[in-house]
Amino acid sequence: MNPLEILDSILIKNGIITAFLVVGIIIWFSYFLSEKLTKGKFHGSAIAIIISLILAYFGGYLTGGEKGLADIEIFSGLAVLGGAMFRDFAIVATAYGVDTSELRRAGKVGVLSLFIGVILSFAVGAIIASLFGYQDPVDITTIGAGTVTFLVGPVTGTALGASSEIMALSIAAGLVKSILVMVATPLMAPYVGLNNPKSAMIFGGLMGTNSGVAAGLAAVDPKLVPYGAMTATFYTGLGCLLAPSVLFLLIRFLH
Amino acid sequence: MVIYGVALLALCFITGLFLGELLGRLIGIEANLGGVGIAMLLLIGLSAYLKKKILLPPITEKGITFWSAIYIPIVVAMAAKQNVFSALDAGGVALVSGFLAVFISFLLIPVLTKVGKK
Repeated sequence: MNPLEILDSILIKNGIITAFLVVGIIIWFSYFLSEKLTKGKFHGSAIAIIISLILAYFGGYLTGGEKGLADIEIFSGLAVLGGAMFRDFAIVATAYGVDTSELRRAGKVGVLSLFIGVILSFAVGAIIASLFGYQDPVDITTIGAGTVTFLVGPVTGTALGASSEIMALSIAAGLVKSILVMVATPLMAPYVGLNNPKSAMIFGGLMGTNSGVAAGLAAVDPKLVPYGAMTATFYTGLGCLLAPSVLFLLIRFLH
Repeated sequence: MVIYGVALLALCFITGLFLGELLGRLIGIEANLGGVGIAMLLLIGLSAYLKKKILLPPITEKGITFWSAIYIPIVVAMAAKQNVFSALDAGGVALVSGFLAVFISFLLIPVLTKVGKK
């Protein structure tokens, strides 16, 4: 009877509970670092997100899986706790107590930022793809779509019949974007005026990546989360609408 | 009771996702169009209505505010399950386009904030 084996099997069997414990420890340690090293200036949740991303890197490095740290069996509960279901449920809960006049006031510019955000990210992806030597309009469109979000990439690629390497590349572009938004938002926020509901709505519309926006705003000011999430939630849908249709025709026309 | 708050939240969530999915199908895309946003608007509207009718006591509210407070831990768990390794391993096109898209978008935030002021 090995006590470590027993513990191991309990941790694995009760995955989500283990995840609560793990996340609790990460957050406690992060707030400790935030207090000791930065006197609370760099937000504890920003540090927690960065530590988690680093752990996710090692998870991927060690297991070769796609779910970061959650591919290590005793941490598998993180995939459930951090999955889309709980994430979206909690995002909806943050809307409780939202100031509706703020939503109305920034509504129009929020919608505008959505269109600009999707088209801009697509254009950047498409231009970089052609600079790297991709010539086929299907490839260029799929990579551009992946830069919109890692969901729009494969949806567009499937619709246009792109090869699986191009699809993988487009997913990677979306992943880079989403992870970068998580890390860069707390650093950039003071310089771009991301400190009020209106700029949060614009931020959500421009970036669009649900996970990036969710984590980015959590690390700046949790009160801003519902405003950013409100616009970001329409982004992937808009991307799926525009990329395989209008934007693909545009790329083919330009070619 | 706490469960009433959680159930209200669940009702808004399911209804929102359903409407978002329906909206997507209607215009012919394979994605949920704004389901989470619709759910948020439903929660804002319904909770305001119930509050007016004095049907939302503090204990029921707790069922909603708990999930709102557990949001950051969920986001930390979400960060831990990202495919960071393949994002960094992806090669030039993905890294450069992802980086530029984020950077330019950040620069546009102050520009658009000003547009809205006029």
